[in-house]
Amino acid sequence: MTASGLAALPLLELTVVLPLAGLLLALPLGHHGARATLALAPIILLVTALLCIEIMWSGAPIERVAGGWDVPLGIALRADGISGAFLLTTALVACAVAVFQAQGGQDGGATRRSTFWPLFLATWGALNAVFVSGDLFNLYVALELLTLAAVAMVAYGSTEAAMRYLLFALSGSLVFLLGVALIYAGSGTFDIGLLGSAGAGDTAMTVAAAFMTAGLLAKAALFPFHAWLPPAHGNAPTPASALLSALVVKAPFFILVRIWFDIGPETSGVLMQLLGYLGVAAILYGSLLAMRQERLKLVIAYSTVAQLGYLFLVFPLAGAAQDLPWTAGTWSGAIFHALSHALAKAALFLAAGIVIEAVGHDRLQGLAGLARDLPMTVFAFGIAAVSIMGLPPSGAFIGKYLMLTGALAGGHVFLAIVMIGGGLLAAAYLFRPLRLMLLAGETQPAKAIARRRQVVPLLLALAAVGLGIAASLPYALLQIGRSLTATEGIE
Amino acid sequence: MSTALVYALCGASLVGVGLYGFITRAHLLRRILAFNIIGSGIFLLLGGAGSRQGAVSPDPVPQAVIITGIVVALSLTALAVALLVRLVEDTGRATLPGEDASRDA
Amino acid sequence: MNPALLFDVALAALAVVAALSAVAGRDLFASVAFYIVYGILIALAWMRLGAVDVALAEAAIGAGLTGVLLIGAWSQLHRKGATETPPGPSSAARLLAAGASASVAVLVAVIFVGLPADGAGLAPAVRENVAESGVSNPVTAVLLNFRAYDTLMETIVLAVALAAVWSLTRDELWGGIPGLRQHARDGGVLATFGRLLPPLGLLVGVYLVWAGSSMPGGAFQAATVLAAVWLLLVMSGAMDEPAIGSTAIRLTIVAGPALFLAYGTGGAFLGTFLGFPADVAGMLIVAIEYVLTVSIAATLALLVAGVPRRQE
Repeated sequence: MTASGLAALPLLELTVVLPLAGLLLALPLGHHGARATLALAPIILLVTALLCIEIMWSGAPIERVAGGWDVPLGIALRADGISGAFLLTTALVACAVAVFQAQGGQDGGATRRSTFWPLFLATWGALNAVFVSGDLFNLYVALELLTLAAVAMVAYGSTEAAMRYLLFALSGSLVFLLGVALIYAGSGTFDIGLLGSAGAGDTAMTVAAAFMTAGLLAKAALFPFHAWLPPAHGNAPTPASALLSALVVKAPFFILVRIWFDIGPETSGVLMQLLGYLGVAAILYGSLLAMRQERLKLVIAYSTVAQLGYLFLVFPLAGAAQDLPWTAGTWSGAIFHALSHALAKAALFLAAGIVIEAVGHDRLQGLAGLARDLPMTVFAFGIAAVSIMGLPPSGAFIGKYLMLTGALAGGHVFLAIVMIGGGLLAAAYLFRPLRLMLLAGETQPAKAIARRRQVVPLLLALAAVGLGIAASLPYALLQIGRSLTATEGIE
Repeated sequence: MSTALVYALCGASLVGVGLYGFITRAHLLRRILAFNIIGSGIFLLLGGAGSRQGAVSPDPVPQAVIITGIVVALSLTALAVALLVRLVEDTGRATLPGEDASRDA
Repeated sequence: MNPALLFDVALAALAVVAALSAVAGRDLFASVAFYIVYGILIALAWMRLGAVDVALAEAAIGAGLTGVLLIGAWSQLHRKGATETPPGPSSAARLLAAGASASVAVLVAVIFVGLPADGAGLAPAVRENVAESGVSNPVTAVLLNFRAYDTLMETIVLAVALAAVWSLTRDELWGGIPGLRQHARDGGVLATFGRLLPPLGLLVGVYLVWAGSSMPGGAFQAATVLAAVWLLLVMSGAMDEPAIGSTAIRLTIVAGPALFLAYGTGGAFLGTFLGFPADVAGMLIVAIEYVLTVSIAATLALLVAGVPRRQE
């Protein structure tokens, strides 16, 4: 197929349309939705991969306007390199989760069997809609679609955790919407591209952007808005935990990157510093609490609180002075970190899910010696842990390396120390469950888990490492349509 | 002072009122009310922006997105209410306990 | 100050007072009642702003359906003794919260007032293109054509909200019927209502969709009227809620969004995602709106009915 052949297909639209069509199909199908999802998931993965190829091939973002109405009247859909990278990572994780769950995961009862698949596909569709949207109000609608599906999936595990999550998510969306309303009041458009080309803007725009940012922080669970995350991710059913921790919390981060790097309101250095320090607090606090948890899924959930902190270091490192030569590398590093974390975190939660299915609980003290009976799962956990710690050759290592280079070049020694320290802390909290499972002990799995399911987290963990080994391709993808002008990185 | 400005300022006040309710009230049904009040306050602000002086007729784009927003708000309210009823059935409480996450395990 | 502006100021003040009563009152049922009054005042405010479509949506959905939903929630909580308001925070904490909330309100107001007042927004762009949109009501043109993508997502949001509510069903009741069976006395007011309403409601619904292309109205407002008829029929005992296990009911829920999505995707293969050719746009939009109306009406009614509480 040639480049023009690819361009003739509406790949960009299909990445959003297909999961949404799937959910409309799965809703009436009830528990037969599993089969429909399994048939559809590889098609969505293929379409997403083709879209990435099209973006690479053309070397420029793919842009469409829905209904053929030009902005600002219409709504723009735009897939640049970072969209492609997030879409593809989402497709990989979602396919893995679908295969894992459809092949006989613990189904819960009749209700979960009949409602899980529409909610799963709604999550996928909403994430994709966020990644290609060029319009602030459209982003609001996509975010709320995501909230509905994600909260409902948490409620399978704990109504209380779901309610807490809903309160945070709703306050977040409303504060975001307040910012969007002020933007429209001031500029007469919701279009990100037009807002970006309109120039730096004034104080009002910065305040509006600050409102949007505050709302998105609540949804991204950045410290101190993290309280909802561990109970929600720690008590949701396995496939939901994987989707939520790997992907759902990245959607608000993605929008923050769009706001501060693509629209680029008159950057307030203080605000960027603040985001960075909250990131630092998240790394330290999340890691320390992860060390103190007695349940495997809570260790992994608190690890998400910590790892999300790294992403926000991009704002003080690359947000305040975008014209420095190393900022593009730092920016790419943060995105690498987000993608790598998505793959590794999904692997950890699926591995934990296998442990829970096998022994019936996830209390750390009762997992000693599990490696003897579940070697592949414990191995997958270990590989994913290497990635979370940011050791070479994982994708997270590339991410941390790029960010560290930027931090040192920019004189942010404190942030550099925190990044290195955070890696050591991650090693500490992940080594604890790993050591227990590898230790001689007498834990006997009550139930055998099929190898074809155990292999799923292993493949995800290997993908997280592979992201580091074959880094140049995703790195090149990320650079397409990047709004930062400076070029220096690992080319 | 114009009609549009009056209602935009009303919208800003409603955001404040809703926020106050959300912070101070623990009963979850009241918090759901507070969310809806904040939401309609934001919509008034947006609507006020769409019909300021100089405009021949009110801007239809904010009107359309507000209608979308009202439907989205209803969807979220429906889920919140159903979740609240289920929470009361499960725990007997219509409030959330303190914020210590690790205790939820 | 001219009398009209005086009215505006009074209405705005009343809305704020109603909102305060809803959030700060002691009695939970009174709060719900105040919220419904508040919704009606806000609908009036939209009339004053010349946004009749929004006023209709706010009255029907914001005050009406949300009100029914909240009253339903209150009565279920009341039955379980969970309507007692827990003691609030100390007066110092309340004062602090009031200060913080007021500061946010003032900040928002100051920013808003400071914005350039010349912004006509997108009104001129809509005026220029409305002739090509197939409908003459500019709000409908934005909803179903210029920003059809938002509206498509919104119809999917409704369907997903219903799936989310249903996901809270207890396993033994999966596929069952939402709500409690209502019995009406023969010859009672509700029973008479039950006979008269369906034809009337249908007529109003059909009219609102048709009118929506040139006047205020449209699929969402029409669907709310139909959903209200549905709810009244159930309350009067003339009809029971359907079982959510019914394939017919689930197909009804997804038919509208699915048709809209399929139409949009077909357009994407032909060149324009969600594109409406100007010469047939009006016909296509009304056709899609009728199917949407049926799906949205069923979805709204079932959203208000909530999770299944009994088996067939």
